[in-house]
Amino acid sequence: MAKLKGMFNGFWRYRYLLWNLVSRDFKLKYRRSVLGVVWSVLNPLLMCLVYWAVFSSLMDMRGSGIDNFPVFLMCGQLLFNFFNEATSSSMSSVLSAAPLLKKVYIPKYIFPLEKCCFAMVNCVFSFVALALVMVFTGSPLHWTVIEVLYPLITLFFFSLGVGLFLAAATVFFRDIMHIWSVFITALLYFSAIFYDPTQMTFSIGGFNMQQIIKLNPMYWYITGFRRTLMWGIPLDFNMFAVCGICAVLSMWVGVHMFRKTQDRFVLHI
Amino acid sequence: MEPIIKVDNVSMCFNLSTEKHESLKEYLLALVQGRLQYDEFYALKDVSLDIMPGDFYGLVGLNGSGKSTLLKTIAGVYKPTKGKVTVNGTIAPLIELGAGFDMDLTARENIYLNGTVLGFSPKYLDEKFDEIVEFSELQNFLDVPLKNYSSGMVARIGFAIATITKPDILIADEVLSVGDFLFQQKCEKRMQELMAGGTTVILVSHSIEQIERMCTKVAWLSHGHLKMNGDTETVCAAYKATQRGEA
Repeated sequence: MAKLKGMFNGFWRYRYLLWNLVSRDFKLKYRRSVLGVVWSVLNPLLMCLVYWAVFSSLMDMRGSGIDNFPVFLMCGQLLFNFFNEATSSSMSSVLSAAPLLKKVYIPKYIFPLEKCCFAMVNCVFSFVALALVMVFTGSPLHWTVIEVLYPLITLFFFSLGVGLFLAAATVFFRDIMHIWSVFITALLYFSAIFYDPTQMTFSIGGFNMQQIIKLNPMYWYITGFRRTLMWGIPLDFNMFAVCGICAVLSMWVGVHMFRKTQDRFVLHI
Repeated sequence: MEPIIKVDNVSMCFNLSTEKHESLKEYLLALVQGRLQYDEFYALKDVSLDIMPGDFYGLVGLNGSGKSTLLKTIAGVYKPTKGKVTVNGTIAPLIELGAGFDMDLTARENIYLNGTVLGFSPKYLDEKFDEIVEFSELQNFLDVPLKNYSSGMVARIGFAIATITKPDILIADEVLSVGDFLFQQKCEKRMQELMAGGTTVILVSHSIEQIERMCTKVAWLSHGHLKMNGDTETVCAAYKATQRGEA
């Protein structure tokens, strides 16, 4: 308990640093661009337009019976984007903080944590775009919309855990950086972003495709988000449990791995 | 009196980078071939040093003798391979001026970023902002990105931020060698002011005159060992004697 309190005090002392690092990333992202912060909203909007154009005309999915395909698509895409951005930038965060870590003592977990927070800030901005699309397509608002917080928060911790793990692993093996982008692309197609897995009837090697997709935590976060936001279905027990357990497991592995290796970081970066 | 910094039998071992495995493939190859033993290099070997509150400690030694490594273990950047470092107080590390500056941000933004790196609150920095700017004498360049600064200007800001508070311990690694002589004098004065206020200072410098002028005690490191340790006159005399002998 005393250890936990010490950790919290350490974190509390550096909360301003966390805030300043996030605001630095934000400033640098839009410095010298004419539209500035508008891009945070415009970018997901345009991205979705592209996806929507591709999947509703080129690979006609409109007939597949998904209500309000643009919003359906956007929910999946924004959440996946968050996961991608959070984990990919966390992964290289410790390496890119090398000049600082070699000179000053700072708790090292600040860097992956900061990248995850920054990704969350971007994600929240892109929700403005999502809201615009919902209004534009006349999507109804349900009371269950409050519950979107649960998949969102658990997804944050899930990503943070993965990010911590990747950050620590990358310090020792730079290969991880290259393989992760491939993995992310594979995961993208297994996350039910532009299709509804319940419509999948075929199976691979005796396993039903629906079951296989359910092994992917991202499927649960995205589906939980869609259910509460689009369809007004409250989260059921399975949803609560899977989202929560994945987040806790990922945090446990990530924090454990990070703590065990962090003293050796400076020798390798 | 309790020492403010207690360095207890500290050894710091590095794996030389010739055997650093940058990729999984290399690592596995080395593992299979049984080449996984590293070339070890001890930058510090069994160094013990007690530093009392109020000391102005100088570290001397040739390049590669472990001075910076010792400072970094004290600052908490390195965790010693063996032994223990106990520090009772806040540390202002001046290991490299402006570590943590983001070259794309302006000086104003960097003051806040670097200040929080050192653990200050934004409110405190608000109060001290004018003082920092005044000390660094860069009033006209506050909103210029740091990449357009000269290295001396960057160092001025770095020194101004790090010494704005009254730390218990100030660690300075050859930071006074940057900047023009006027600014060097200003830095020396600031350090002496801090010391008068009770701050313990550890200074690394290659200028033996500076050490003699400023320090009350000196430790001499050679190849990672603590060769001599005591009052300034004795150690500096011995150090200079060997230097002359080698030359």
